[in-house]
Amino acid sequence: MTSEAIAHNDPFAGERLKHSHFHERQAPMNLRDAWSSWNGFKFADYYYDAEYEYFCIRNTCATYGICPMQKYMISGPDAVAMLDRMVTRDVSKLKVDRVTYVCWCTDEGRMVDDGTIFRLGEDRFMLTCGSPCLAWLRKSCLGFDDLSVEDMTERYAALSLQGPTSCATLLTMGLDGIENLKPFGVMHFPFNDASLMVSRTGFTGDLGYELWIDPSQAIAMWDALYAAGEHHGIHPYGEAATNMARLEAGFIMPDMEFSEALKTIHFQHDQTPFELNLGWLVDFKKPHFNGRRALLEERDRGPRYTLTKLDIEGNKPAEGAILYSGKRCSKEIGYITSAMWSPSVKANIALAMVETSMLDREIWAEIYYQKELRYYRKVARCEVKDKPFWAPARARATPPPAF
Amino acid sequence: MNSYDTIVIGAGHNGLICAAYLAKQGQRVLVLEASAAPGGLASAREFHPGFKASVAHTISHFSPRVVEDLQLQSHGYQPAIAPLPTIGLNLDGEHVVIGVDGVTGVSDDDKSSYLRYRAAMQKFARALEPFWMKTMPRIGNNSPGEMLTFGQLGLRLRRLGKEDMLEFLRVATLPMRDLMDEYFDNKHLQAALSWDGLVGSKLAPRSPNSAVFALLYRMLGDHNGGHAIPGTGIEGLINALLNAATAAGAQVRLNAPVTKICISQSEDGQQATGVELADGEKITATRIVSCADPQRTFLQLVGARYLEIEFANRIQRLRCEGYVAKLHLALGDVPSFVGVDRPDGRMIIASEPDALEFAFDDAKYGAASENPVMELVIPSLQDASMAPAGQHVLSANVMYVPASPKGGWTDAARSALLERLLTTLERHAPGLRELVLHAELLTPHDLESLHHVTGGHWHHTEFAVDQLLMMRPTYEAAQYGTPIPGLYLCGAGSHPGGGLMGGPGFNAAHEILK
Ligand SMILES: Cc1cc2nc3c(=O)[nH]c(=O)nc-3n(C[C@H](O)[C@H](O)[C@H](O)COP(=O)(O)OP(=O)(O)OC[C@H]3O[C@@H](n4cnc5c(N)ncnc54)[C@H](O)[C@@H]3O)c2cc1C
Repeated sequence: MTSEAIAHNDPFAGERLKHSHFHERQAPMNLRDAWSSWNGFKFADYYYDAEYEYFCIRNTCATYGICPMQKYMISGPDAVAMLDRMVTRDVSKLKVDRVTYVCWCTDEGRMVDDGTIFRLGEDRFMLTCGSPCLAWLRKSCLGFDDLSVEDMTERYAALSLQGPTSCATLLTMGLDGIENLKPFGVMHFPFNDASLMVSRTGFTGDLGYELWIDPSQAIAMWDALYAAGEHHGIHPYGEAATNMARLEAGFIMPDMEFSEALKTIHFQHDQTPFELNLGWLVDFKKPHFNGRRALLEERDRGPRYTLTKLDIEGNKPAEGAILYSGKRCSKEIGYITSAMWSPSVKANIALAMVETSMLDREIWAEIYYQKELRYYRKVARCEVKDKPFWAPARARATPPPAF
Repeated sequence: MNSYDTIVIGAGHNGLICAAYLAKQGQRVLVLEASAAPGGLASAREFHPGFKASVAHTISHFSPRVVEDLQLQSHGYQPAIAPLPTIGLNLDGEHVVIGVDGVTGVSDDDKSSYLRYRAAMQKFARALEPFWMKTMPRIGNNSPGEMLTFGQLGLRLRRLGKEDMLEFLRVATLPMRDLMDEYFDNKHLQAALSWDGLVGSKLAPRSPNSAVFALLYRMLGDHNGGHAIPGTGIEGLINALLNAATAAGAQVRLNAPVTKICISQSEDGQQATGVELADGEKITATRIVSCADPQRTFLQLVGARYLEIEFANRIQRLRCEGYVAKLHLALGDVPSFVGVDRPDGRMIIASEPDALEFAFDDAKYGAASENPVMELVIPSLQDASMAPAGQHVLSANVMYVPASPKGGWTDAARSALLERLLTTLERHAPGLRELVLHAELLTPHDLESLHHVTGGHWHHTEFAVDQLLMMRPTYEAAQYGTPIPGLYLCGAGSHPGGGLMGGPGFNAAHEILK
């Protein structure tokens, strides 16, 4: 990590936020100095304006640094068996140069985290996730001796490129054939002396890619990408725009939709994949994986709550709202986890935890909103949606539409 | 390929008991024992031509219920009529002698305190008694049966009366040292009475935790905590258990080390289906019951990959390092101890609680004690078959001796410890060295390789509050069943714990037959 910012004799040197491999380019573009942090890295909340960046994702293309995202290389003859026991999905079916979305649970079937697994070789996998997971991986490795786990987080420079013109940008950059890369596929390209890995993955529900390269080439890659994207409307985006895009796509976020099970104090303040509507990630055809027995019980009993997509009347975002079975707000049946006015869908959308048994009844949200320091209350009818709010055809098309 | 209802891994006394109960109910049972003799840590071994010893050398709390149910007396077991006196050896010959109805060699105050102490402990031991021979309730599971067990415990304690109940709750986790200081002045008495709270655990007199529990646990049985050597020796008990099991139809195969518990995996989940032996032979059964210690069972025979992550890590973290070594001496004659007429009691060499404490301190930092403390018997005085005529066996439990000391068990480390032990003994029994025909020192490390018990641990895994009752060896496996359908535990690592007692084998069989 670059450390120019860390002055000599800085008594707080160890406490300062680290700089990501792209910081040198990102910092000057952060016109608002709107920094927050992620896993100890200085991380842009937004660069100029969150809504503007959101529109770049949806209309042109935009980059999001994923250097702070945790990356672990798991290699060796036991790698597939170890991961297969750890996560709920069947990893053995994953082909080389493919990626899959997974979650993993405690023995009690409560979700520890979600993430993606890249199969980079027969015996080589990369696991990515939002929070540090090394301790859990170490625990999971007990009994699997023929493998190694390496924390690669700082040894990859990783950048997400999302939006309709992302493919065109990569083509301009010279990545011939990238248009044939299918969703969740991985391709490798020579770049200077390094190898540039590109996966068709992302967290926006749109056409998009993630670029992975040796840190020594980070700046060169950034420059090549931004040169190629100049006429494709490329722009950096931060956490705020990500959060908007992912909500439209219906993706869950830790500390919003779920609490990582290893971090909760109350034993029911975490969730099972079924509660999070991720039952499709749980493969009971596998004879053994962590939490299987508990999850089987949960499936048969049915989750108490279910994460639900809601379309809410009006235009007041229902952030933090409590849900009721009737307009009179007498019986609580759930709560909103994330909410926003969606500019693309033109709807007042939200994700919410709703008591499963109440899903087919009326759902009302009690919304508080503010106008010039005054609070107002509104009770709005909610409609359950099954499909993601935003799922454009280009996100799945191969090759994607050209620009 | 042969198929059984139940395969029991290990012919320790608990394995044999479990096998006997199951066979009595008509199950086809096969017991597979790695060693050449049955009995596990209680098996009799010839350690020098003509001289035999078993690691466990006295009985304090063997279950009378098991003796009766399995009719062990008709199978050759002869319970001791009276317990051995416990003698706190004093170099000047003024010993403290703890007998059935009192103590001698101490002040009148201590004599009457002893009676009070004994009455209190007996009351507590009786209150706990029903729970050792019972499956503990599952935490978080409130089935009527399990609530009843909880309720009974509460009721038992309530029935003590308010004062005694509060006193019980107060002393339950007290360090041995505090309990002793509350009652007694005599240091020899304090040390001798502390022994049964400490031996087999990683505890010193000043350690709070499970010492009082261990004491109460050992007060079960016929002699209220007194130690005894049965008429036909420990070997007689093991043979009776073997006979009871085989008479009920169980097969027992010796020299048959199990290398693997086979787990089938399908869409229906997992199931223990059989075992594999060292020579590759596979034997199937409806269920597998392991008398081997929990760490060995789960991490070596099953394999952590077949378990859930947190469960496997809890098993890995079980504390299994033994701190008791065993000394066996083949003697040309009866040794004479200063001030002892006939050394047929149970003698304790620990002059004061601090002798125990400092011996522990050495072990705590990874070395065998500089001034070891020990408990010794001459079992050949009760059971003549253990040595050639006129000759004898001295059997001693030595504290504190770590399983893996700093620098490891080199030849030099062993002979240094042996030398210290002989010097210590010689001081109490001048001339003893001359009688020694052969000396065998078994460190916990040796006990591990000889008897296939992780860490050579007395209780298979630490007898401590975090690993007791419904937490023994850990939750999810504390009711003898395990997370793997068809796999059960029945050894000392399960509730109630180790010692020649029989509770784990008895409870496991009842859980299986439920
Ligand atoms: C030094 C020492 C002194 C002791 N002294 C006393 C005493 O004086 N009085 C007393 O009451 N208690 C004493 N104990 C405690 C007592 O001996 C044990 O708690 C008790 O014997 C445990 O019985 P068990 O049947 O549960 O297991 P064990 O006796 O340990 O039997 C387990 C059996 O399983 C077998 N086994 C393990 N793995 C395999 C495998 N893979 N395949 C086949 N077989 C296998 C072993 O060979 C062994 O025979 C002492 C313990 C120690 C360590």
